[in-house]
Amino acid sequence: MNLHEYQAKQLFREYDISVSEGLSASSSQEAEKIALSLNVDKWVVKAQVHAGGRGKSGGVELVDSIEKVKAFADKWLGKNLVTFQTDEKGQPVNQILIETVTDINKELYLGAVIDRASQRLVVMASTEGGVNIEEVAEETPEKIYKAEIDPIQGPNQLQAEKLASSLNLNEVQTLQFIEIFNGLVKLFIDKDLSLVEVNPLVITSSGDLICLDAKINVDSNALYRQEQISKLRDPSQEDPREASAAEWDLSYVALDGSIGCMVNGAGLAMGTMDIIKLHGGEPANFLDVGGTADSKRVAEAFKIILSDENVNTVLINIFGGIVRCDVIADGIVEALTGMGVSVPVIVRLEGNSAQKGLKILDECDLNIIPASNLEEAASLAVKASKGDIT
Amino acid sequence: MSILIDKSTKVICQGFTGGQATQHCIQCIDYGTQLVGGVTPGKGGQIHLDLPVFNTVKEAVDATGASASIIFVPAKFCKSSILEAAESGISLIVCITEGIPTIDMLEVKVRCDELGVRLIGPNCPGIITPGEAKMGIMPGDIHLPGKVGIISRSGTLTYEAVKQTTDLGFGQTSCVGIGGDPIPGTSFIDVLDLFEKDNSTEAIVMVGEIGGTAEEAAAEFIQSNVTKPVVSYIAGVTAPPGKRMGHAGAIIAGGKGTAEDKFKALESAGVYTVKSPAEIGKGIAEVSGW
Repeated sequence: MNLHEYQAKQLFREYDISVSEGLSASSSQEAEKIALSLNVDKWVVKAQVHAGGRGKSGGVELVDSIEKVKAFADKWLGKNLVTFQTDEKGQPVNQILIETVTDINKELYLGAVIDRASQRLVVMASTEGGVNIEEVAEETPEKIYKAEIDPIQGPNQLQAEKLASSLNLNEVQTLQFIEIFNGLVKLFIDKDLSLVEVNPLVITSSGDLICLDAKINVDSNALYRQEQISKLRDPSQEDPREASAAEWDLSYVALDGSIGCMVNGAGLAMGTMDIIKLHGGEPANFLDVGGTADSKRVAEAFKIILSDENVNTVLINIFGGIVRCDVIADGIVEALTGMGVSVPVIVRLEGNSAQKGLKILDECDLNIIPASNLEEAASLAVKASKGDIT
Repeated sequence: MSILIDKSTKVICQGFTGGQATQHCIQCIDYGTQLVGGVTPGKGGQIHLDLPVFNTVKEAVDATGASASIIFVPAKFCKSSILEAAESGISLIVCITEGIPTIDMLEVKVRCDELGVRLIGPNCPGIITPGEAKMGIMPGDIHLPGKVGIISRSGTLTYEAVKQTTDLGFGQTSCVGIGGDPIPGTSFIDVLDLFEKDNSTEAIVMVGEIGGTAEEAAAEFIQSNVTKPVVSYIAGVTAPPGKRMGHAGAIIAGGKGTAEDKFKALESAGVYTVKSPAEIGKGIAEVSGW
């Protein structure tokens, strides 16, 4: 789950991680009030969406009058912001953040993430902060400095000092950095985060360290024990189909093709997409019905797949382990009967109770095309989507 | 021979009396697994599936001599259940449960390593030695005792590899689902090493997927440590890059992690790769000459 910048910065404040002064507003009147209360004559105004690339898309501005603050609020609130990280519709802006302006001397990078390779929480820092940080990481990886946090001992001062020295910080900045470093690690662990990023972390013209941006991603598996964080969820930033899938414990990602896929297991779901493509077809979605699918969830999965008007064929590929194929078959029959599905449905059932499942499909009067293996299923689905079989 | 489990392995189940656990324990027993009891706190003294229920793993180990445990408890209790097993003399833990917070796994992994306990999973189908025993949720009847060792990050793709090697008559020595979580207890490398040292394993299937760099690390290991032929499929060539937030994930991976990168790394380590999940069995036929 992602947080907005203003939410992330509020958490930073709670952990004594220094950020600019500022507040978020959901109307231009509120924006005006906040701008006045900051008691300065220049402001940074930032549209709040779950996507990067806001600056390049007009979603961040430096303004020097209250009128311009209000104009920015009027321009964006209720509208969608399109950046290179969003789709063509963009993300809705429901909040803008109004902050004091920071005079920047140097831009650094600071991030923390769970590193699968070292199996540690890793804090990363670089002198090369700013928008091109990924290129820096790929072309000059030696400019990314890392500290692996011991899961039992926690962070130690030496690690923070070493990073500070790699960043060429002076004595005062080093002390400030240690505070930011400790705060960041504590925040990460306390709140079950999966990513924190400060890009840029800046040295101001007066020589102080301050976090200018803040991105936070939370481990969704831990939301059951993160009451405060769970309340920060913003459904308006989520794809409505993906969100409704999530409500049914289905994992769905929309794609551009015409073959709707319903598969159990993320790996097999990706494998099914791969084999469709190898046969010359295009998958319309990734959909993992999960390990405990029942007939209701199969019906919901059908609804979500068919709400995509590009879908002209459905391929169901179930290899039952936990999932019983006869339960899936009942779900398919129930869904098809109830919804009047007109597109061809190719079904491959294997594993747990597959024979029972195939018998159920065989005995119903619906337009279901059975396939005996993955290869055949993909081939039939691609033919059906091209109109070669109906 | 086989790796990790055989018919003499004494197994207990944590979360024994729950619905999922009950269903799968019945199947494990039917398959031949020596299930000797289970643990459900508060239900000690009861009998479930004709087996004794204990309040703690320690009591179960003392009473039954079990060395392995399969865990079905809800995600929020998994950290303490795994640690309890590891500290009570269990040397092989298979955790089926999905949805465990990653922060919990960071500590669990370190503790298990310190204690020398082998943890498989979490979020995995488990392990099976065909014809002998299974600790997992895989359908037993698609397996065949034989000579291929199978390792996979994905549950249902493991079954796919199993089915194909069974249909071709090659069979499997053991199959290990290591699970798809960011911090798995056991890595590809751990299992590759076990298969390399297992005399009856003649060829290896490794099924990976996009994300992380475990397959790249495995490729390096194979190059210098594995003499047996390896066939590999990586799922997700066609997966979209996904909505990303921030750069940290990409920076830590240093430009690795796509299916193309993984295929390339494996091929340069001498691994026979297949681009379709339906061609894993054919790949084994190709590299083994069977």
